Amino acid sequence: MTLRTIAVVSAGLSQPSSTRLLADQLAAATARGLPAGTRIEAIELRELAHDIVNNLLTGFPSPALRRAIEQVTSADGLIAVTPLYSGSYNGLFKSFFDVLDPDALAGKPALIAATGGTARHSLALEHAIRPLFSYLHAVPVPTAVFAATQDWGSAGSSGSALTARIERAGAELAAVIEQRQPAAGADPYASAIPLGQLLRDR
Amino acid sequence: MQFGIFTVGDVTPDPTTGQAPTEHERIKAMVAIARKAEEVGLDVFASGEHHNPPFVPSSPTTMLGYIAAQTEKLILSTSTTLITTNDPVKIAEDYAMLQHLAGGRVDLMLGRGNMGPVYPWFGQDIATGIELAIENYHLLHRLWREDVVDWEGKFRTPLQGFTSTPRPLDGVPPFVWHGSIRSPQIAEQAAYYGDGFFANHIFWPTEHFVRLVGYYRQRFAHYGHGAPEQAIVGLGGQVFMRRNSQDAVREFRPFFDNAPVYGHGPSLEEFTSQTPLTVGSPQQVIDKTLTFREHFGDYQRQLFLMDHAGLPLKTVLEQLDLLGEVVPVLRRELDALRPATVPDGPTHEALVAASLAGAGTQRETDELETSTS
Repeated sequence: MTLRTIAVVSAGLSQPSSTRLLADQLAAATARGLPAGTRIEAIELRELAHDIVNNLLTGFPSPALRRAIEQVTSADGLIAVTPLYSGSYNGLFKSFFDVLDPDALAGKPALIAATGGTARHSLALEHAIRPLFSYLHAVPVPTAVFAATQDWGSAGSSGSALTARIERAGAELAAVIEQRQPAAGADPYASAIPLGQLLRDR
Repeated sequence: MQFGIFTVGDVTPDPTTGQAPTEHERIKAMVAIARKAEEVGLDVFASGEHHNPPFVPSSPTTMLGYIAAQTEKLILSTSTTLITTNDPVKIAEDYAMLQHLAGGRVDLMLGRGNMGPVYPWFGQDIATGIELAIENYHLLHRLWREDVVDWEGKFRTPLQGFTSTPRPLDGVPPFVWHGSIRSPQIAEQAAYYGDGFFANHIFWPTEHFVRLVGYYRQRFAHYGHGAPEQAIVGLGGQVFMRRNSQDAVREFRPFFDNAPVYGHGPSLEEFTSQTPLTVGSPQQVIDKTLTFREHFGDYQRQLFLMDHAGLPLKTVLEQLDLLGEVVPVLRRELDALRPATVPDGPTHEALVAASLAGAGTQRETDELETSTS
């Protein structure tokens, strides 16, 4: 049996951040639905913020950012969590996904989640964040998790709405990962077509 | 081993003075830089091709023809010629004409171009960039090798009984390099024809290009052109030198910080650690350049970017004087390391000799068949 890997991308800007807290809880919930030994790889975008901007400017990632990109693209599943800014994902979150190859997340099981000040923003997950992952051809599970500041007041007690939602989303992601073959990184060289064939196909 | 310089041909203000050269000054500076390249003993001068400001070289063969008349030994090349948006018939004609005028001192590097609007300006679509590169080059390849061509393709009007004139000098077409920074398909194309592959790795980390060059070498062998290590590889490089490395860093930093492409991004220190850029003493340039061979194997052509980011002409000419001291050392070291079975950089004379040898072999085969039949 192959052990699975889950990449957890968190775009919180403060330290400590409630976005990271939510990300960790989602990761734990997902791992509970998978065999023991599932690897969780946490990627804190704040630590890569300068490298992400440099990649936007120069077109290539620094060694640290390249490692993070490889962690995300080679994982069996992705948990992506952003704080909501101006009604949508924050710029750091979007910039990270902007520097990936356009098809790097194609077919990748994903769980999307967000944090915000009040529950009034919760549908940003459906209006802004889910379309981003649809564009990237990732496969976000049906349950997206929003945590407003107020939700943390009862998050630890069993049966709270947020905890139930985290468990449901984690179980959905684990189930999708379980159904799939372990991920193999995309290889552009494996798919390069012999030139003779391209010339014939013209 | 061939050494040279390649220029983008950008008009960029000098960040230390705010002054930008006029287009006329920049064009004249490019010519002065090419002449200096020959004077300090470099082998190659290559010009970019662009069709939008702030770049001046829209018409490379005009410039290279003018430089050819003022030089004796310099090989004139491009970096790159747009195989996507130029008519391949016009490329065949222009570069064959240049080849005659320059006495064979011509080759060219084909590229797709990554400036989106250039495609529609020339009636093409960037989404078909790879297809255009493949079809257009296939036609160019035939136009230089077949006296009369019938052609029908997807992108250009058909040709019936067409002869591209002048025919290549001595019946040998200019050598072609294919340049790419990310497409295995272009490495495949270079390998298929047994052409050169130029990896302009100056703005990107080495590991990425090691894979691309390795793929080209493997496919070159697959198509029967020789062993992988006999494939023809060119590499980019970017240097700024002063005798004292601290002086080089101090002087180059404002140009780096404001440069097109990487300015206002990573620090000079980050960029020099992650890419081939070397800012320092001539010895540091020698040491860094020698590492390229360790990554990519023995290779045939090394081109340096020396004149961008608003560097004044006077500074660029001083840089070329220093490069003229560095190159003999690199040439000696790299030539000594290269096995005899690995070809030297391509020249017209070598291609003519190979063509005659090939024809000789063919004649012997024909005679043999005639005598035994």
